[in-house]
Amino acid sequence: MKLSEVVRIVDGTVLCGEDNLEREVLLGFASDLMSDVLTLLADDILLITGLSNNQAIRTAEMSDILQILFVRNKKPTKTMLDLAQEHGITVITTPYSMFKSSGLLFSNGLKPVY
Amino acid sequence: MNKIYQVSSGDFANAGKVSSALKGTLKQLNLDPKDIKRIIVALYEAEVNVVAHSYGGEIECLIDPQVITIIVSDTGPGIPDLKLAMTEGFSTASEEVREMGFGAGMGLINIKNNCDEMSIDTAKDNPTIIKLVFNIAKGDNDA
Repeated sequence: MKLSEVVRIVDGTVLCGEDNLEREVLLGFASDLMSDVLTLLADDILLITGLSNNQAIRTAEMSDILQILFVRNKKPTKTMLDLAQEHGITVITTPYSMFKSSGLLFSNGLKPVY
Repeated sequence: MNKIYQVSSGDFANAGKVSSALKGTLKQLNLDPKDIKRIIVALYEAEVNVVAHSYGGEIECLIDPQVITIIVSDTGPGIPDLKLAMTEGFSTASEEVREMGFGAGMGLINIKNNCDEMSIDTAKDNPTIIKLVFNIAKGDNDA
């Protein structure tokens, strides 16, 4: 699934990394627990989280995750967006909950990691 | 190549900077991305531990073509029961640490699962020194 499609499905807003919307994402992983995210070995993952702080961006960076969807209209700070930009991470926000976002993306073909 | 970085206690704004810097270095050295990922994930968990649980410390990275050794040492307060600390799900993390998305008792296990050798020297009211060894996949890196 292209990132542009993710944005459309969750009625999202792209906060940084607009140039990467043609990028393909294969898997979705929804978690607020960063240690759990750090166990993932797969590539091309969309991280879906309600945890809006620096560590969410840092965790994505360390895990080679290049796209994050913040749910429930969480607003990342400028520091977070600068950090994301520096590491080529696309940041999207959606008004939908983690459950609804995950459900919509799953039913449209985004695969689970496990 | 030898690099030493300082880590401050409680400085969550900068937690991850050391891991990020080393990741950049390892990329420049053309290490296998799978090796880079496991080294950096282990290091990041260890770095967050120093920020979250210690009085501060330092991280030393020794980079050789076939092996990378990371020594994470802090100035205390030490781990009173290491066996318990190594139990999945056990955590002494503060509310602040949990709000950062950590503190689920997975850190030390994550570190152990990503390295080839791990040793921990610690005791209550003493420094903690964690040594991690990563054997590097044979490739054409020029570390």
